[in-house]
Amino acid sequence: MTDGTDLPAWAAILTALFVVAGAGLTLIGSLGLLRLGSFYQRLHAPTLGTTLGTGGILIGSMIFFSALGTRPVLHEILIAVFVTVTTPVTFILLVRATRQRGTDLPPPSPPEKNTKDLAH
Amino acid sequence: MTRWLPYPLVSLALLVLWLLLNQSLGPGQFILGAALAVGGALALTALEPPNLRLRRPGAILELSFLVIADIVRSNVAVARIILGPRRPDETSGFMSIPLEMRAPYGLAALAIIITSTPGTLWVGFDSARGILTIHVLDLIDEASWIATIKQRYERRLMEIFE
Repeated sequence: MTDGTDLPAWAAILTALFVVAGAGLTLIGSLGLLRLGSFYQRLHAPTLGTTLGTGGILIGSMIFFSALGTRPVLHEILIAVFVTVTTPVTFILLVRATRQRGTDLPPPSPPEKNTKDLAH
Repeated sequence: MTRWLPYPLVSLALLVLWLLLNQSLGPGQFILGAALAVGGALALTALEPPNLRLRRPGAILELSFLVIADIVRSNVAVARIILGPRRPDETSGFMSIPLEMRAPYGLAALAIIITSTPGTLWVGFDSARGILTIHVLDLIDEASWIATIKQRYERRLMEIFE
């Protein structure tokens, strides 16, 4: 259906740059899950994939399909909107669940200033 | 508004969304999309959403660009932290920020902004006292985080939503 061979060189290079950058950031985010010390620190890592990582891959996809002219590039905008609006729900639920279980040091209520994480 | 279209804008958005997802303007997809539009809006009434009032479209645009720039910048910052040498856990932690904003949609937008910016996480908002708790990965300078969230985001969100 979509054959990359009739893609002009400039579009191929741009697409590759954006897709590799997006995938690279997502990979770094996943690495963060391994490298960071505490639960709350690790929660920050996947946001790389859900923001610029997704963004880079989507921009690459838009350039690819615009250059080929096979379809209007509106799917990507919808994907970006949905990912942006739904991701916070996931993270807030994760934080809530952690506080509920009390497995990590919860932010005290009333919150004091700058309570530190408990290291695992 | 009417019985079948309590939220005409939401219904229109759902219909456009359905047609875009299916890349089709055929009558079949149109009927399915219309059913989704009416059903979705009726489901929304059950949630009794508060009224939305938007002001200053210019501020929305300005805030969007600011947030995109901040997302790019903090992506780089968090990538550095992940790839850099192992850091002591004390560099990250919780902090509280007193907010003046009470508009529910403004707070929702702030939650999206804070969560989409790598390095900060929305932990909770105490609506009785107006205190927002966030978790910050790189909590070196607490005052600058408070300034960022209050000056950069809250002020503009209040202009838009209140």
